[in-house]
Amino acid sequence: MGCGRRLGGAGVSEENGEPDGDVEPAEGLDPPQGDLTTTESVLTAEATPRFERAARRADAWRGFFFAAPTYLYMLIFFVAPLGIVTMYSFATRNRTGGTDLEGWNLASYARLDEPIVRTIVFRSLWLAVVTTVICLLIAYPFAYFMATRTPRVRNLMLVFVMIPFWTNFLVRNYAWRVILENDGIWNDTAEATQTDTVVDWLLDLPHWMQWAIPDWIENLPSPLFSEVGIVLGLVYGFLPFMILPLYASIERIDLSLVEASRDLYASGRQTLRRVLIPLSKPGIVAGSILVFVPSLGAYVTPQILGGDKETLLGSYIVVQFLTARNWPFGAALSVVLLGIMLIATQIYFRNEGRTL
Amino acid sequence: MSDALAAVTLGGLTKRFDDVTAVDHVDLEIADGEFFALLGPSGCGKTTTLRMIAGLEFPTEGSLQIFGDEVGTLPPNKRPVNTVFQSYALFPHMSVLQNVAFGLRMQKVSKPEAMGRAQEAIGLVRMDSMENRRPDQLSGGQQQRVALARALVNSPKVLLLDEPLGALDLKLRQEMQRELKTLQREVGITFVFVTHDQAEALTMSDRIGVMNEGELLQVGTPEEIYERPVNRFVADFIGQTNLLDGTVEATGTVCLSNGARVGVDTEGVAVGGAVAISVRPERATLHGRGGAPPGRPSVDGRLEQITYLGNALVFTVALDWMSLDVRVENQADLDVREIGSEVSVSWDADAASVVQE
Repeated sequence: MGCGRRLGGAGVSEENGEPDGDVEPAEGLDPPQGDLTTTESVLTAEATPRFERAARRADAWRGFFFAAPTYLYMLIFFVAPLGIVTMYSFATRNRTGGTDLEGWNLASYARLDEPIVRTIVFRSLWLAVVTTVICLLIAYPFAYFMATRTPRVRNLMLVFVMIPFWTNFLVRNYAWRVILENDGIWNDTAEATQTDTVVDWLLDLPHWMQWAIPDWIENLPSPLFSEVGIVLGLVYGFLPFMILPLYASIERIDLSLVEASRDLYASGRQTLRRVLIPLSKPGIVAGSILVFVPSLGAYVTPQILGGDKETLLGSYIVVQFLTARNWPFGAALSVVLLGIMLIATQIYFRNEGRTL
Repeated sequence: MSDALAAVTLGGLTKRFDDVTAVDHVDLEIADGEFFALLGPSGCGKTTTLRMIAGLEFPTEGSLQIFGDEVGTLPPNKRPVNTVFQSYALFPHMSVLQNVAFGLRMQKVSKPEAMGRAQEAIGLVRMDSMENRRPDQLSGGQQQRVALARALVNSPKVLLLDEPLGALDLKLRQEMQRELKTLQREVGITFVFVTHDQAEALTMSDRIGVMNEGELLQVGTPEEIYERPVNRFVADFIGQTNLLDGTVEATGTVCLSNGARVGVDTEGVAVGGAVAISVRPERATLHGRGGAPPGRPSVDGRLEQITYLGNALVFTVALDWMSLDVRVENQADLDVREIGSEVSVSWDADAASVVQE
């Protein structure tokens, strides 16, 4: 690993002992830039700074050594495939459904303007936004409640949030399908005698609660195989991703700030708007991105709960690769999806970087 | 105090948390314009009492009035009081100016007026030129001032302070004590101040309420509290004192544990009652054995230890059954005795008080 040897000729301004800014980073696996000194400058430098520099350099190398397996893994299994996908998006589909890796062109990207593609992209964006907003609305009060409990209750609640994770994602989605299917427990229109449906349960509520149940609920169609079903599944699946960062950021807020706000004539709602939300913004942004990004590319949930009427980006990409055998177009769609996610992540990091 | 409407009136105010009674039937009237300290050890219920006045806790029982209006069930934003929190609780995402203007803005005061009044309040606590800083760019003392300005700018009818000086170092604390006192006189607002520091309470307050285990034990001026504590706890908690156990033998005479008889005012205690005589170290005088002037109550002992405090010396005298401190100002003609020498300690009959429990 001899970095000193490899970069032996790199220049160092000797007067102040600071490394030059123009030390050439080597390709790919370069270590985090440490202080790289030439043999000459080491000889002329004072003993102490020299030792200090060597120690710092050793430190940088040690860090690099331990991080290297991860770098390598990411390079082989993430960066390289991503490069290949990007490459394919500029290629051409040939007559047999194969891909010609020559004559690079933007034809696949041009197809993004087709009405069907636009519809699918916007529908996916829309459902991801709706899912994110619903998650936020459900998770915020819950996270606040959780953050204000005693540690014992908190941990218990955390466990309950995590429990769904112990079940396979696919199984959980199929569970929803069973619940929502017409001969499931949602609404049995065929057999009026069955009493265990959700709708029946609602209609069986005590008399004093009946005012809250509208009449049309009796004939409410199951949300299965509709956008409602997809959002339901996505909200259910990704809610913990919203709750956990929100909880983490709300838990850090000094609750005497809420008291101070109330003491200074703010109502509960004003306190939420002026104090709690601004202070929990990192959690709101993190949670939103953690829900938005996977919702946008979701494949499993729309497949199981959405049926084939409501094609989303994730399913559409799969279709391009597997059914239509148009790899370049599928790749272009993937790159677009990736682009949207990168933008979302950028918003997140810009927000995180700002100290409150 | 009886004619004018009291700023704060507590009647049988009680707060229970599950099975713990934090505040136990407290009756108290705090006069308009008064600087009132609630004093007691931690966990005595003083902060809970303050939080109930602020509306941050709701009473389990009893009445709570502010200038005659029952407020016990009102939320904090509906009460004409403001609080300076122990941790200051400044909003970290707002500048000093925004922090101070917050209360006014929430009361729908127009923005220019709120900013103007906030500026004024910032000037009042001598924080001009800092108004655009964030709380984390301020020192503890500066944060303290901002918290004060943020509360005062609303011209509350009562200002509540929850150990506001607790986090400051000694020098700064003493400076802020003086400043707070001056400020209170300037603005004329009733201050209710919670502290566990008896010196602070004595220095700053017009009156003090001493609490322990949820009960309000004594209310009075600093002099009354210090000179005439109602019970052993108050005597012991406020300042330093020597407590000599004994029983009342006859009106005006207490028989100490070692059989010595001393004269003291025993008003209010039945003959035969167990009491302690509280003698403040600075009110006691050290003599050579038998040198106590006749007519002054005295006890005999041996000089055990001398503690040098700089401005004073404390002589610890071992009696047969306890030890007793005598504090002497460090003066030029100080008569220092040898450790181990036989001495007598005497005190003014008026300076000692009898306490029970």
